[in-house]
Amino acid sequence: MNDLPLLTLILFTPLVGAVVLLLVPKRNEDAIRWIANLFALAGFLVSLPLWFAYDQAGPSYQFVERHAWIPSIGAEYHLGVDGFSALLILLTTLMGAIAVLSSWTAITERVKEYYVFLLLLQTGMLGAFVALDFLLFFLFWEVMLVPMYFLIGVWGSDRRLYSAIKFFLYTLVGSVVMLLGILALYFSYTDPATGRHTFDIVQWQQHGFDSNLQWWVFLAFFLGFAIKVPMFPFHTWLPDAHTDAPTAGSVILAAVLLKMGTYGFIRFSLPILPDATRAFVPMIAVLAIVGIVYGALVAMAQTDWKRLVAYSSVSHMAMVMLGMFALNPVGLKGSILQQINHGISTGALFLIVGIVYERRHTRQIKEYGGLSKVMPVYAAIFGVMMLSSIGLPALNGFIGEVLILQGVFVVPRWGMVWAAVAATGIILGAAYMLWLYQRTMFGKVENPKNEGLRDLNLREVATFAPLVVLAVWIGLYPTPFLNRLDTSVNRVVARVSPQSLERNADCDEQGAPASPFTQVPCGDAQGAAAPPGGAPYADSGGR
Amino acid sequence: MPPGFAPDDFWLLLPEILLATTAVVVLGADALLPRGRQGLAAWIALGGLGATAAALVPLAGTHATAAGGLMAVDAFAGFFKLLFLLAAALTILMSTRYLAVEGARPGTYYVLVLCATLGMLFMASALDLVTQVIGLETMAVSFYILAGFLKPNRRSNEAAVKYFLLGAFSLGLLLYGMSLLYGLTGTTMLRDIGTALAGLERSRWLGLAVILVVAGLGFKIAAVPFHMWAPDVYEGAPTPITAFLSVGSKAASFAMLLRLFFEALPAANADWGLLFYALAILTMTVGNLAALTQSNLKRLLAYSSIAHAGYVLIGVVAATSVPQVGIKAALVYLLVYAFMQIGAFGVVTMLRRHDVIGEELKDMSGLFTRNPLAGASMLLFMLSLGGIPPTAGFMGKFWLFSAAIDGGYYWLAVIGVLNSAVSLYYYLRVVVFMWFKPQATGSPVVLGPAMGVLLAVTVVGTLALGVYPRALFDLADVSARALGAAGIATMVR
Repeated sequence: MNDLPLLTLILFTPLVGAVVLLLVPKRNEDAIRWIANLFALAGFLVSLPLWFAYDQAGPSYQFVERHAWIPSIGAEYHLGVDGFSALLILLTTLMGAIAVLSSWTAITERVKEYYVFLLLLQTGMLGAFVALDFLLFFLFWEVMLVPMYFLIGVWGSDRRLYSAIKFFLYTLVGSVVMLLGILALYFSYTDPATGRHTFDIVQWQQHGFDSNLQWWVFLAFFLGFAIKVPMFPFHTWLPDAHTDAPTAGSVILAAVLLKMGTYGFIRFSLPILPDATRAFVPMIAVLAIVGIVYGALVAMAQTDWKRLVAYSSVSHMAMVMLGMFALNPVGLKGSILQQINHGISTGALFLIVGIVYERRHTRQIKEYGGLSKVMPVYAAIFGVMMLSSIGLPALNGFIGEVLILQGVFVVPRWGMVWAAVAATGIILGAAYMLWLYQRTMFGKVENPKNEGLRDLNLREVATFAPLVVLAVWIGLYPTPFLNRLDTSVNRVVARVSPQSLERNADCDEQGAPASPFTQVPCGDAQGAAAPPGGAPYADSGGR
Repeated sequence: MPPGFAPDDFWLLLPEILLATTAVVVLGADALLPRGRQGLAAWIALGGLGATAAALVPLAGTHATAAGGLMAVDAFAGFFKLLFLLAAALTILMSTRYLAVEGARPGTYYVLVLCATLGMLFMASALDLVTQVIGLETMAVSFYILAGFLKPNRRSNEAAVKYFLLGAFSLGLLLYGMSLLYGLTGTTMLRDIGTALAGLERSRWLGLAVILVVAGLGFKIAAVPFHMWAPDVYEGAPTPITAFLSVGSKAASFAMLLRLFFEALPAANADWGLLFYALAILTMTVGNLAALTQSNLKRLLAYSSIAHAGYVLIGVVAATSVPQVGIKAALVYLLVYAFMQIGAFGVVTMLRRHDVIGEELKDMSGLFTRNPLAGASMLLFMLSLGGIPPTAGFMGKFWLFSAAIDGGYYWLAVIGVLNSAVSLYYYLRVVVFMWFKPQATGSPVVLGPAMGVLLAVTVVGTLALGVYPRALFDLADVSARALGAAGIATMVR
């Protein structure tokens, strides 16, 4: 394919940065900051070809790299991306750069170790997104835990040790059970070409595993991914971890780490275990709906600004899950787009809390009020991001939520009810967010400590600028993002629920879309080149 | 083959001969060297270990028996011999400064380490019950003395007495079981026992023999419920000896166990498979739960070591239905374990200074700030022991659990992974002390040249086998096959 091993380059740029940082003497804190920022920025820049050089009509996995790793057990160094993972990688490298930049003045202790862990985390996350070998994926998946544990435990606040270990053990239990699921699949499939077991994800996605096995493995995967998302009732680690993590940690956690779970569902559970997926739709949909409403209600009751955002995350990610398990192109596409949106808006909201926390060292909502008077730029950015999170038209959240609801709505039997309940979650979301904004930004400055607060400086504006631009861009013109997802989404749907692709084709024949919004989903059908019942993913793989 | 010593045997047994010679030379050197130069003994011992390892190289690929069929010289033995030599060499590196700080005369210390290693080599090769026991006792007696080597230290004395008494008791059980085997089959040669038993009906005497042998070896590998001695002995013994005990002695006992059960008793695998199944679950669970509350580092690592024996037993159990995969997994894990466990004990040894005992968890406080290299290494070892990638410990555990799944032991695998999640809690506790607590008092923690080499070897081993385990997997594959050649064929009839 490509001569330049682009994915390896993307993957290891942060790691190289971490190693370079190890060589810099501890006292040169400014040098350390500059180097970390340079590598984080470089990491973003090298990932840009994934946007420009990604071929929407090309094979499902592109930029494939394949080398022997542990041949005796059929594990390979096998990398590749499709439209879905390409977007998540871009999100990761961007948020990584933003997280590093946002830490400039926030972190004053153990600066070197901090940036080393942040960059290591970056490599771990990217590795999970690019791996097409299940063992390799799992390796990176677990590698992520350690740096995050340290980020929360060393540089966090209040009950940081408790939150760090809770995060670690919670996720670990999920992932080791997932490992057993991986092994169960591994031993029940033999690569016809070599006569050996293999960890090749691409082959697994084409193989029809035994339904009974699928059922068990789905449960194992579910535990791993649902804890990461996190889905109700596995969400309890999240508020603690988010609240006690340093700002950059929360940003990465919300923007990227939670996406590991949803990525896992779409990349593995749906296409590898289609029978089980269909069987579990009602259970997951109900858990998701409970999560949407419960997360929103709990968020409303919070007195801690950061905890409020954390619970809003639970609610939003539940929405992502609901869209995904509509198992049709519209819902799935909305789900993926909403993952990106959540990364942008919730990442930004955590940055926003971080700004005032750095100045005031408190996150209690009642300590603030009237900030729009003293920090107008800050208030404006917060306003945009809050509206994006609520899902106001012309901003990114709106597109995602509409697509998700549209996808859910057409699910036979229960779809309308699910969509209706989910929509109330959106209303509740507007309520707690607007209320938060009102309590912190509007009114008089009653707390004298808030009178002298400094507005955003240039560096801080720079951390928000790309997020604001993206929020508006996706809100006004999401097509480039959605088009990229055509191939991946259609392939997943063709695997798990081919009949919903046909339904979409019907919509295409009618020509004129019924509402302004159906335009997007109707356009999908043209991308559905893979015939239902054909062999999705058949063109992929580097062999 | 007639009993006696064939000319070829000299070459086949050259490693053992070299090692025994080294032990004698070191003993002589201790007597002859002037008082100030006795540190030289360590270097002679290291040289001898190196020569022994070199003598193993031409034996690669050999599949033969020596000494009238009493000793096997095959890839399986070779794998373990390399492991023992490595563990012994690292133990010696760890000991030089430790002995100086403790104020103990090296004297017979290195001789005993070499003798213990020699016993281990025999255990890996022995194809005969009596030879196995001779190897076992050569090792065990050396360890009894080594455990009590710090004569003025009461805990060290207690450890030696405890270890000796329980060791003698367990040997009694083992010998009783072996004598029953002899009574049933009329031979002490493992492979002949295997053949004889294959034609024999299941009897309660065979069952009793199996139970007694499992109990006797259970003591040696510190499997629950035969583990009571381990925490006290590990805590009281000199730290490098604890390391050697928990790695070398354990691996050697597993080598003997695998030989015994897969060469002599494959016919009874339904019986002992179940026994090991129960032992594996108990050992993992009790070891990990007990480790959760320890405040003494050596005790913590002792319980963790018990738990790790439980993980290796998963491989043994899996081997009853997928012999090749299960044995391979056990071998991989034992080698991986050697690196991370010795590395961890190496760091504990560094904490022993003239003014600090350095064996409590709180002595770890602020280690990362005091000595970043030691702190970072310890972090790596803890993650590896807990099975977090990209470390060797992950690859080892991964392979054990996959063996269990492959063999159809799903619940064993589930209990195994949950245990490894629990274990992370106490491994991270060590990390918490190193990274999050303010510095402990006492003189600086220094990294000497010997310790530098030790850390380099163990860190590189732990990382390299975690990132690129290809060579290890292939080596273990060949080694497991060697054992399989004789016994397993009868098992999977």
